[in-house]
Amino acid sequence: MSASTAVRKPRQRVGDRVFSNLTRLAGLAILVALAAVAIFLTLQGLPAFSAPSDKLGGAANLATYVLPLVFGTLLAAVLALLIATPLALGVALVISHYAPPRLARPLGYLVDLLAAVPSVVYGLWGLAFVSVRLTPAYAWLEQHLGWIPLFGGPASTTGRTILTASIVLAIMVMPIITAITREIFLQTPTLNEEAALALGATRWEMIRLAVLPYARSGIVSAVMLGLGRALGETMAVAMVLSASGVVTFDLISNTNPSTIAANIALKFPDSTGVAVNALVASGLVLFVITFVVNFAARWVVARSERTQA
Amino acid sequence: MTGPLKSTPRATEATPMPRTTSAQTRFPQAPRPERGAGTGRHLSFGQPHLPWWAGWLVAAVSAAAAALLSLTLGWNIAGGAVVAVVLFAIALPTWSVLVESSRAAKDRLVTTLVWAAFAIALVPLVSLMYTVLANGLGVINGQFLTYSMRNVIGQGGGIYHAIIGTVLITLAATLISVPVGLLSAIYLVEYGVRNRTARTITFLVDVMTGIPSIVAGLFAYALFALFFGQGVRMGFGGAVALSLLMIPIVVRSCEEMLKLVPGDLREASYALGVPKWRTIVKVVLPTALPGIITGVTLAIARVIGETAPLLVIAGSTDSVNTNLFAERMMTLPVFIYYSFTQPGVPAQFGQDRAWGAALVLIVIVMALNLVARAIGRTFSPKTAR
Repeated sequence: MSASTAVRKPRQRVGDRVFSNLTRLAGLAILVALAAVAIFLTLQGLPAFSAPSDKLGGAANLATYVLPLVFGTLLAAVLALLIATPLALGVALVISHYAPPRLARPLGYLVDLLAAVPSVVYGLWGLAFVSVRLTPAYAWLEQHLGWIPLFGGPASTTGRTILTASIVLAIMVMPIITAITREIFLQTPTLNEEAALALGATRWEMIRLAVLPYARSGIVSAVMLGLGRALGETMAVAMVLSASGVVTFDLISNTNPSTIAANIALKFPDSTGVAVNALVASGLVLFVITFVVNFAARWVVARSERTQA
Repeated sequence: MTGPLKSTPRATEATPMPRTTSAQTRFPQAPRPERGAGTGRHLSFGQPHLPWWAGWLVAAVSAAAAALLSLTLGWNIAGGAVVAVVLFAIALPTWSVLVESSRAAKDRLVTTLVWAAFAIALVPLVSLMYTVLANGLGVINGQFLTYSMRNVIGQGGGIYHAIIGTVLITLAATLISVPVGLLSAIYLVEYGVRNRTARTITFLVDVMTGIPSIVAGLFAYALFALFFGQGVRMGFGGAVALSLLMIPIVVRSCEEMLKLVPGDLREASYALGVPKWRTIVKVVLPTALPGIITGVTLAIARVIGETAPLLVIAGSTDSVNTNLFAERMMTLPVFIYYSFTQPGVPAQFGQDRAWGAALVLIVIVMALNLVARAIGRTFSPKTAR
């Protein structure tokens, strides 16, 4: 280095430059990977647009092939969320506000255990245990509530219905929603809670007045993240559901709509040629749907963080 | 159970609070707090309260009523339990409305519902664990863990090939994910503070955590099909797919851990003239290391049970394959799937093997989780919270 100048720039060492560029490269690699997912799925999916109908399971073109699957995917995911959200909020409230503090942590671990169970084991359990146990319930539903189109039947004798799949999905999604909402419940300012209590609120009124309004955006994003998870869950649905790819709102019958992910898992291993491209194209649709849902969820989170900061 | 104002100080008879006396002048009939009711649950403020044992009494009565009903009408245990909870949720608030107030009744109702939700959430956990243990425990023995399925029809055989495949593919996925994830986290925390690239990466990493696993598998297939032609099956493809799922988890956990390293440490290092990259490598990373190991272990536990991507790209086989770069490779989750859905004839043996493999997989995942938490707790710097 030459003699010191009046304005000294910090010396950029070679090691520093190499290291910082290395880390930036790694960060950019993630962006590239995400873009690559979209690009490669599109490349492999394109040939399916001109696929003959015998390669598309009898559907006339790609749209009529994918749309029933999209319907099934959305139906299963929404049902799962309808079941999971109240449960998850209840569990999160127990851990954050109802359980004695000494118990809260172990209870949280228990719920985390649910999240750790691999999806294929859920599928196994759903197929061998849940669906069998639910069969009498479906018969009962058809007999007593058959006038509601949802339970029109004829009731499945194996129990492998879209409702069973949704229940298993709900159990898998619940720990995710719980984990996020309980963190947000715990972040409620203690002063707000104590102020509500000091005004004579009961515990439920305190939660309604102080905790829930504070956590609203967090709950919304947690549910959307759960939705993203339920949309893409594969194995549990593939194993539990006895799918025939129809479009119906009948939840307890033998003929059930299939979901994109389950359809891929079931058909992919035995498919060749253009059929594979069609499956990849349906995967691209799933990717876009989940990407949009997750994007929206994260956007809600980011926005609420900004307004609170 | 517990009523309102749980956190207010105890009112004992020895030190009556002035408020109590005024309440008693307003409500001459209001009883003095009884011994049971007064033991610290809440100030009564002159309002009548259910005794502390009200919840237990109602629970006992509704359980007895439900048991009686299910015995006479022939319901099973699940039906009886549901009826008991419903009875409890009706009876206790009703009693509360009659004695206390509608607000207290609503509080009790919500408390019941919230705990009921928690109990319902635990049912699947218990049931699943019990089912897997009951079905899988009898299958596991030395042969099951050390034999592959090569040339096995009917009884016998094991999951050795699947264990090997799972270990190799997960190891390869970890080798890809940890460097990329850790370096990205370093970039986000140390270099990219508040710049646009870093914010974009953070956001997209969050979005990436939601990529469905089957899409990751299709991506790996689409990528490798370009080089190796249609119908490619390869263990390394599975590793690529898994690392796509693993990288976001690693980035997030490493980021959190690096952020926990106190800035004072960095500044002390800079003050000694240590270059930034050496500060990161020699000061920041060692401090955050236990947390990073915890995060990586949890990420491994998360992806080791992934089935769908491996079903697509790694395929299934009955033989041991130790070469990641050629041919199909069996993994535990895929083994479970095929053994149960296509068990062969007779179905008994294949399905038994599926349960055994499921038990092994659950044990591996739980062990990884426990190890991760143990590392995190033992080595974590004692930060004040």
